[in-house]
Amino acid sequence: MKRFAGFLLKEFTHIFRDIRTMMILFAIPVFQILIFGFVIKNEIQDVKVAVLDFSGSGKAAELINRIDASKDFEVVEMVHTYDAAEELFRRAVVKEVIVIESDFGKKLYSPKGASVQLLLDASDPNMANLVSSYTTAMIVKFLAETNNTGGEQIQPTVETRMWYNENLKSAYMFVPGTMALILMLITAMMSSISIVREKETGTMEVLLVSPLNRWQIVFGKVTPYILISVVNACSVIAIGNLVFGVPIHGSVVLLFAEALLFILLALSIGIFISSVVKNQMMAMFISMFVLMLPTLLLSGFIFPIENMPIVLQWLSVIVPAKYFLEIIKMIMLKGGGMAEIWKPTLVLFSMTLFFLGMSVKKFKSRLE
Amino acid sequence: MRIIITILQKEFRQIFRNRTMLPIIFVLPLIQTLVLVYAATLELKNAPVAIVDYDNSTLSHEIVSHFDASPFFGLKAGEYSAAYVADELKYDRSKAVIIIPRGFQHDVQAGLPASIQMNINAIDGQSAGLIGIYAEKIIGSAIRRSAGPVVLPPSVSLAKIDVKPRYLYNETLNFKHFMLPGILTILVTMIGCFLTALNLIREKEMGTIEQINVSPVGKFQFLIGKILPFWVIGLFDLALGIGIGMWLFHLPFAGSVLTLFVLASVYLFTAIGLGILVTDFARTQQQVMFTLFFFFLLFVLMSGIFTSVESMPHWAQEVNRINPVYYFMKGIRMILLKGSGLGDIAIELISLGVLGSLVMAVGVWQYRKTS
Repeated sequence: MKRFAGFLLKEFTHIFRDIRTMMILFAIPVFQILIFGFVIKNEIQDVKVAVLDFSGSGKAAELINRIDASKDFEVVEMVHTYDAAEELFRRAVVKEVIVIESDFGKKLYSPKGASVQLLLDASDPNMANLVSSYTTAMIVKFLAETNNTGGEQIQPTVETRMWYNENLKSAYMFVPGTMALILMLITAMMSSISIVREKETGTMEVLLVSPLNRWQIVFGKVTPYILISVVNACSVIAIGNLVFGVPIHGSVVLLFAEALLFILLALSIGIFISSVVKNQMMAMFISMFVLMLPTLLLSGFIFPIENMPIVLQWLSVIVPAKYFLEIIKMIMLKGGGMAEIWKPTLVLFSMTLFFLGMSVKKFKSRLE
Repeated sequence: MRIIITILQKEFRQIFRNRTMLPIIFVLPLIQTLVLVYAATLELKNAPVAIVDYDNSTLSHEIVSHFDASPFFGLKAGEYSAAYVADELKYDRSKAVIIIPRGFQHDVQAGLPASIQMNINAIDGQSAGLIGIYAEKIIGSAIRRSAGPVVLPPSVSLAKIDVKPRYLYNETLNFKHFMLPGILTILVTMIGCFLTALNLIREKEMGTIEQINVSPVGKFQFLIGKILPFWVIGLFDLALGIGIGMWLFHLPFAGSVLTLFVLASVYLFTAIGLGILVTDFARTQQQVMFTLFFFFLLFVLMSGIFTSVESMPHWAQEVNRINPVYYFMKGIRMILLKGSGLGDIAIELISLGVLGSLVMAVGVWQYRKTS
């Protein structure tokens, strides 16, 4: 035990004296969550549009002024030909060109009505869709004011109730997602790389002839990363709760217990990776592609799993983060307890055992 | 010159002999384009929805069959009661539960206020918003369909405008065409930045760099030997990725090949420069990896890969001026989807060039043969 403590001390010193890497390890989750919270937005603001007005009528000018005055749009240019409009698109100056037909003023009050064409830069399809529906809404509002029609017909209404997230905050998605990504990646990547490094540089031999046994070496190497990961889990939850108002409806103790289980799973995956690869580059690329991308894409972090092709839905079954996200959302947002999450917990637990068992087998076979 | 050729020979031989490197070079673009593009979709498809029908009328059946026919929703079979709502949402069995109250049809026909209740699991706010909009549209059209054509009062004097949106460059609003260039950007970045840096630091960590240091190979010759191979591999992988994209996803290639490769060359130059710069200040592969990973994450998330840069706050747009990924992300989308030429992407190209030269200059200047 004293030997193990000594080894542990060596590992801690090793990691903590490299201040820069330490800073980066703690900064990654903080920066990621702040970027998700403050930078990545799906709403539109000050969308730059151009106008191609063939009519020159007063009503059209009024409509354009109205659009320019709204905080969603900014009319940056008046063009006179379709070619000029296309040029603006190719240079990515505007997202939309509003085309007003030549006899707009005359047709406006005719039975058929006038028409307005919206040209949209759909190279970003979601944006194009949003911009077009905002513009349409502006035009409809303009019409309602022009016509000043009161007394609306009684229409059946749809009463929508948004469960768990009334204000549709994106933080409810990215806080659990960031936690899964950071815990999985930092824990598995760091631990696998640090073990493989000993192999690659040949210092593993030195450790192996020391009185420490194999498992003491492995656990000594990974224990510091458990500590780092727990700190990271705390900072993600704290920022999520204090800065972005993500609630914790369920038990905090249970939340941390589950986070710890996930960290252990990530560690066992890291140990497994280190037992199959020979160099750090391979360890890194396996961590990136077998861990990072599925955690990011196949877990329901950013893209809903239901929308994916069926093959990818099957594939998502073996992605640990999928279960972890289920658990986190259940505890934090839906206020669930052990009764609701025992199934995904069991899956994570079995996965941990599986990877540990596989690593043991690998280690044994190397002894012979 | 002879020395450079020899060094290049050594580097290429090492790369192609390396069992780790080869799969990374050839399998990476395949996986990225195949899996990622399919996974990265925000389009609503077959969202599970349950309908609690207390009305059991022609109108409510019309609504149910409209949902059944919609590609956006997957109607769940079976009878539900309002008691199920909480459980359906809690256990993620349904994304939405719609409750049609008793007497709904009667109220609608009698012109009385009537309402349908819709419960949506909103943890994923973006999907929830979409589900709400689509469901309302479907309910609206079902009601109109069953009520027959509405006779409007003659309103000759009312102004009317018909709004016709036309989606240029991506008429079908295919999200894959938007994502693929973004994913190719990640690919090129990984090759340029990560592989170069790891290759360089490995010599340092393993100590083999000492052997080169005592040889007559100069600093520049050595660095050219490290830069050139990954530059070529990066361009090759980009071509491979685009080829797969065009073949499988009908990715358009509206611009010229030359424009794209000019931009990609400048970008790779920058990415490799960044890799060298990070290596200068590190001793181990682990340090390099985490430093690069940190900047990679920051740059990629800020670059507008998933969401438009125009929606970001102004300070973030200012920060993007020093983000090489942003310029390439924007440029590759402009060239592939809109057919922008060299003149159109001049600002992006020049900014990237300045940024790249700066990074590369500092990286090479800081590189020391002696430690």
